[in-house]
Amino acid sequence: MKVRLVDIAHARSGDKGDTANVGVIAYKPEWYEVLRDALTKQRVADHFRGMIAGAVERFELPNLNALNFLLHGALDGGGTLSLKTDAQGKVYSTALLRMVIDVPDTEAKRLQLPAAP
Amino acid sequence: MKKVVRVAAGQGFWGDDLDAPRRQVEGGPIDYLMLDYLAEVTMSILQKQKERDPAMGYARDFVGAMESVLPAVTTRGVKVIANAGGVNPPACAAAVKAVAEKSGAAGKLIIGVVTGDDLLGRLDDLIAAGHPLSNMDTGEPLSTVRDRVLSANAYIGSVPIVEALAKGANVVITGRSTDTALTMAPLRHEFGWGASSWDQLAAGIVAGHIIECGAQCSGGNCLYDWRSIPDLANVGYPLVEAKADGSFVVTKHPHTGGRVSVPTVTEQLVYEMGDPHAYITPDVIADFTSIRLAQDGENRVLVSGIKGKPPTDKLKVSIAYRSGFKAVGTLVYAWPDALEKAELADRVLRERLDRLGLRFDHILTEYVGANATHGRLAGDQRDAPEVQLRFGVRGSDKAAVERFTREIAPLVLNGPPSVTGFAGGRPKVEEIVAYWPALIDKSVVQTRVELVQ
Repeated sequence: MKVRLVDIAHARSGDKGDTANVGVIAYKPEWYEVLRDALTKQRVADHFRGMIAGAVERFELPNLNALNFLLHGALDGGGTLSLKTDAQGKVYSTALLRMVIDVPDTEAKRLQLPAAP
Repeated sequence: MKKVVRVAAGQGFWGDDLDAPRRQVEGGPIDYLMLDYLAEVTMSILQKQKERDPAMGYARDFVGAMESVLPAVTTRGVKVIANAGGVNPPACAAAVKAVAEKSGAAGKLIIGVVTGDDLLGRLDDLIAAGHPLSNMDTGEPLSTVRDRVLSANAYIGSVPIVEALAKGANVVITGRSTDTALTMAPLRHEFGWGASSWDQLAAGIVAGHIIECGAQCSGGNCLYDWRSIPDLANVGYPLVEAKADGSFVVTKHPHTGGRVSVPTVTEQLVYEMGDPHAYITPDVIADFTSIRLAQDGENRVLVSGIKGKPPTDKLKVSIAYRSGFKAVGTLVYAWPDALEKAELADRVLRERLDRLGLRFDHILTEYVGANATHGRLAGDQRDAPEVQLRFGVRGSDKAAVERFTREIAPLVLNGPPSVTGFAGGRPKVEEIVAYWPALIDKSVVQTRVELVQ
């Protein structure tokens, strides 16, 4: 089943120099495992391909039902150097939430995940 | 020892809601008011102000904030801790003293002034003594930009603030203290946490991280169920009610808007997060994967379980240096084919800049309404009702950037059609002050505390 990330998670992002961080948080504790399994480093790097110049780092925070991603080279130099509207990476959060993931039907049913329209 | 110590946040950055400090001291009982004014590049702005006038160089908003909270400080014993001192904490203290005297509160303030973080005057000696102050991101030594450095400050921790409080200060003014130390220090002072009470110190840091951005943990900028967050116009700024064991409750005053819930606090916890296992501060390394959150009644979140470990022997140094010039110009193109028209304008503009022989280190074009925030992920926006062409240039040649700013307006008459939105006039040329993060041995930074009565 196709599931939109925006329907199962919320997120906030910020900056450190030329790196944006995106913290993505499951709406329900039982949905954390869906994020953990679907949002691999590779999947997120593919999602942002062409938009960021550097590598992606990934960290797990099961205590907060959250994952944290560092997107290096995401801010056109960052801080005051950047010419971007989003020089501080404030809305990379919702850019990540545009992702649509595949979840096995049985799993999606068990976890009562909302299907993508 | 107090059983519960309340620390309230009244300012999340320089430019935050001017009335928030007063609302925090009047809205309910608090012991400490914590005001954070410094972002990465704020120090360089303040340094420029100090160069023009040696009595400046601090966050002037703080003086007004102090005036508005003076009655609470002098009659109810609320203490204020702020990194408003910027690059000139003594001048900030003098300005606060002057305001207190004008308000008849002379003699009732004991201002603790923390200095020692400012390394600008010591840079050449430090480099000569074998501290390269290499850029943490690029590895380049500071010598490559030394002649363009505007400010250099070590991020200092809780120790001098605790010292000032122990000496009886009821207002503590620091320079480049870490944001989190402003909250942790009063807890450490009240509860007598030792230098190796790692878990408690880490808890104080986490408390600081949660409230250092003001209302961003109490309903502001919160994506979770954002439509239902009540009365943002009267949003309550956060406070923590902390206990000696390091556990604390995040809450806000009654009769205020916003919300404090597990989701609002979680969003703030992940804000600007790096490696969650190692949130490094001068006092302690906090492990964000140990944090436990639980709803503890309406607008109350209990935070507990936090683990800490010893810090490194380095301090982070925030260095700002001049790095050329930039300007950004915008024009708005309307339907039909708004995006296509803006794209043509972009090509025309680039060709004209090229013909003029203008060279830039970097040119960035964004189409606001189509791709500025989400890039190609936003999908096809060919039918957008309007698109703003946002064209930015950056380079070391000020004259070239200046010349660019004159090339936007002509496009209104001599470029693609259906264009508007030039009422703001020519783009402004800005000098870029860039950020250079570095590390330095802790042993070379000695903080000092002075009391001003």
